[in-house]
Amino acid sequence: MSELVERGAAEIARDVNAKRVSAREIADAALARADAVDERVGAYLRVLYDIARETATRVDERVARGEKLPLAGVPFAVKDNMCLNGTRTTCASRILERWTAPYTATAVQRMLDAGCVPIGKSNLDEFAMGSSCENSALGVTRNPYDLGRVPGGSSGGSAAAVAAREAAIGMGSDTGGSIREPAAFCNLVGLKPTYGRVSRYGLIAFASSLDQIGPLARSVEDAALAYDAMAGHDPMDSTSIASEVEPTATALRNDLRGLRIGIVREFPLDPLGAEMKSAYEQAYRDLEALGASLVEVCLPTAEYGLATYYLIAPAECSANLARFDGVRYGSNVDAGDVGTMYERTRAAGFGPEVKRRILIGTYALSSGYYDAYYVRAQKARTLVARDFAKAFTSCDLIASPATSCPPFALGAKSDPYSMYLMDYYTIPMSLAGVPALSVPCGWAREGGRTLPLGLQLVAPHFAEALLLGAAHAYEGATKHAGTYAPSLVAASGVES
Amino acid sequence: MSAYEAVVGIECHVELKTRTKMFCGCTNAFGAEPNTQVCPVCLALPGALPVPNRVAIAQTLRAGVAFGADIPAFSKFDRKNYFYPDMPKNYQISQYDMPLVVGGEVRYWLEDGTTGSCPLERIHLEEDTGKSTHAGSGDGRIAGSAYSLVDFNRAGVPLMECVSAPALHGAAEAVAFLASLRRTLLELGVSDVKMEEGSLRCDANVSVRLVGTSQLGTKAEIKNMNSFRSVHRAIESEIDRQIALLEKGERVIQETRGWDEIHGVTHPMRSKEEAHDYRYFPDPDLVPLEISASDVERMRAELPELPWQRFERYTGRYDLGAKQATQLIDNPSLARYFDRVVELSRNPQQSTNFVLGELSRLANDTGTPVADSSIAPEALCELIALVEGKTINSKIAKELVERMWAGEGSPRAIVEREGLAQTSDPAAVDKIVEDVLARNADVVADYRNGKTSVAGYLVGQVMKASRGKADPQLVAELVKKRLGAS
Repeated sequence: MSELVERGAAEIARDVNAKRVSAREIADAALARADAVDERVGAYLRVLYDIARETATRVDERVARGEKLPLAGVPFAVKDNMCLNGTRTTCASRILERWTAPYTATAVQRMLDAGCVPIGKSNLDEFAMGSSCENSALGVTRNPYDLGRVPGGSSGGSAAAVAAREAAIGMGSDTGGSIREPAAFCNLVGLKPTYGRVSRYGLIAFASSLDQIGPLARSVEDAALAYDAMAGHDPMDSTSIASEVEPTATALRNDLRGLRIGIVREFPLDPLGAEMKSAYEQAYRDLEALGASLVEVCLPTAEYGLATYYLIAPAECSANLARFDGVRYGSNVDAGDVGTMYERTRAAGFGPEVKRRILIGTYALSSGYYDAYYVRAQKARTLVARDFAKAFTSCDLIASPATSCPPFALGAKSDPYSMYLMDYYTIPMSLAGVPALSVPCGWAREGGRTLPLGLQLVAPHFAEALLLGAAHAYEGATKHAGTYAPSLVAASGVES
Repeated sequence: MSAYEAVVGIECHVELKTRTKMFCGCTNAFGAEPNTQVCPVCLALPGALPVPNRVAIAQTLRAGVAFGADIPAFSKFDRKNYFYPDMPKNYQISQYDMPLVVGGEVRYWLEDGTTGSCPLERIHLEEDTGKSTHAGSGDGRIAGSAYSLVDFNRAGVPLMECVSAPALHGAAEAVAFLASLRRTLLELGVSDVKMEEGSLRCDANVSVRLVGTSQLGTKAEIKNMNSFRSVHRAIESEIDRQIALLEKGERVIQETRGWDEIHGVTHPMRSKEEAHDYRYFPDPDLVPLEISASDVERMRAELPELPWQRFERYTGRYDLGAKQATQLIDNPSLARYFDRVVELSRNPQQSTNFVLGELSRLANDTGTPVADSSIAPEALCELIALVEGKTINSKIAKELVERMWAGEGSPRAIVEREGLAQTSDPAAVDKIVEDVLARNADVVADYRNGKTSVAGYLVGQVMKASRGKADPQLVAELVKKRLGAS
């Protein structure tokens, strides 16, 4: 393995800008790494050899002309629900298997403008619906820390790519935990920004009021650089927020003095088991040791988060996915009349989880059920948001586990509900629209393997600088993130 | 007299005249090559997002203000879900329970000049669909067609839906309502409102009930009406059909019916049972709209004179007939010209006579609109003043209009140059009368033998002898006087 692929985004950008290494060399190393390991990891649905090399060459030309690019030459993975002009963009679904995007998502374009080089389009749960990447119709992604386990989801491909050193940055999207959970499972920093901070234009919608693009990285600094590049107002997205973005990469801190960190009363550690409990207790002590004062906060409606989410998100998805009808693009199954064509196209094109959510959402919006389901869910969502607003009157940040278990074995969670529970700790923040991240916080041993765990930190709306700053202090003191690269040991025991 | 009365409500869709579409930057124009005015947003490509057109929102609010409606402080867009191949997202962005405009009324007038008013329930803003062409089915419908073509140029064009209360009684009122609504939107400049291009489309909800009852009868919704004339015919036909059903002791069923222009009847399209469940919910891609009261106030203050107000001014203050008033209202440049002439001359009657008489005739003959002709309002007023002061008579005035139209300039100058001023001196006129009678002794004799109808001929001869300049009234008096004296 080339040493170049171990480098983080900050280091790469520094060196490329200083012309100590070329973007092309970095890209070639990342492509070689993908060639070497991705057959086993399955992070990418498609490796973009030509685009990567051409983009890298253009970055080198820009640097040669004297441009200073915040992410010069940084190789990144683009989740395959984000449009990149001229590339197939599939959402890991049969229905879009052969669709080529004719335009580029705003957030992806901003990464390109900042000097990033796309290495591949990464796998996901179909239409970002899932927590393990197992709902992909187009490929299996494995956790680089244990190839017998899932990388998390839905941004599992981007997470696996970054963890396996096939990219320095992964672009993910988080609707109920789809950046934070795979970040926790793959020992990465994963940030879901404030709703509205990063443009959704060109992100293929799952649940519009919850979807938010964010970075996955191997360090807080890298995540901050990527967030700074992708965030900001976009006139193409009405929900994009117009106010100035506070830079985060320059606001990183090394202690937590003066910060009050809320520990959620409704998230007790006992149910997680002794090992995880002790890891999170240690994490809380580490926060304290850095100067933070811990306070108990209440999120009394958090327990309704999951039920609320599984009405609102499917309701929105039932309409968002209606456009996949076989008329203008995507796969199509011919039939004698248009109604049958819709039915056959959608029956063949969507996987079981997508169908389940379309059905739930259609039902929840139906005449006679709308008030009982959708309207009540919206009311509950308002209460969840109020809980956070109230909690943040007595603390600056909230800390909690990111997941309720370490990465699990492929195929271990066969019923949908147990999979839905994976997002228990992350969904309330999505409903409230507040920024949250997962930062590596230690290890759990299971089946002879050492598996990563994530600490979730949550901030009030628009406080990404505070959030990443605090995570940086925690990361610096604990060094969980950088110390242990995955050895890519397969379940059978073959090492790379 | 019929024991039944009809109750009609109108729903119309109006395409707004904006530069760009409702939720994207594509050009909003009729008649381009198919699928040339499209982008990721209006084709509903994966990942594309809508951004509302502020101008379309402002135009809808202006229409609401013009109809005297309430403008709520908050509004929002909702998704209306149903599948159709010419609707790219398979949901339409529309407005469900919080439209931009609530209430208001459309004031209208009928051909005979009676005025009326119909309350509006709401006006909301939505996006238009694409346009399907179904080939091979014979009747142009999707069922049984061999293939379909879809043009998405129209997809996403801003569409304003105006819904009236069921408060129109019969076809004439319905058409008068539509005509007034159309004129108002034209005056505001928010739409071309052309039924033939589809920028105005309307459906009618028709029911009948016994006169004297207040409960509404079961309604049928009539679609596919492509002109005011077909609206009129379709409503009449539907009223007749429903009355015939009731008189036979049968029931009207709630359904959607299509108007068949060729056979002059409505036919069933779908029943209530087949109605869609549209599963409306707030569009999460669009943030709720906040409408500032001061913006609404400014719109109210900046409203132009509206057609019904103009109608009242013309028929009330100026005493025009309904037909004349309508003729002016439907020709805005002529109306502006007319208003200017009235303003300068302070003589609505003479203004009407000239503008709707000679000037309109010349405009018709030459194809040059009155407002673009060489007769400025000021020059016409000069002419009116000459008539008012009896400097010229109406015959000379007519001649002068033609010469002014031809570019000969100021009427006063022509009159002075050519001595066309009316001769009103009784002594001078009487001298001419005397001469004419002398030359026509035989005719005078006929008169005196009881053939009094020849008096007109003699008046004509006197006018001729005066080269048209004599005051015709004076001539008539003097001829009679001399004929009377033997």
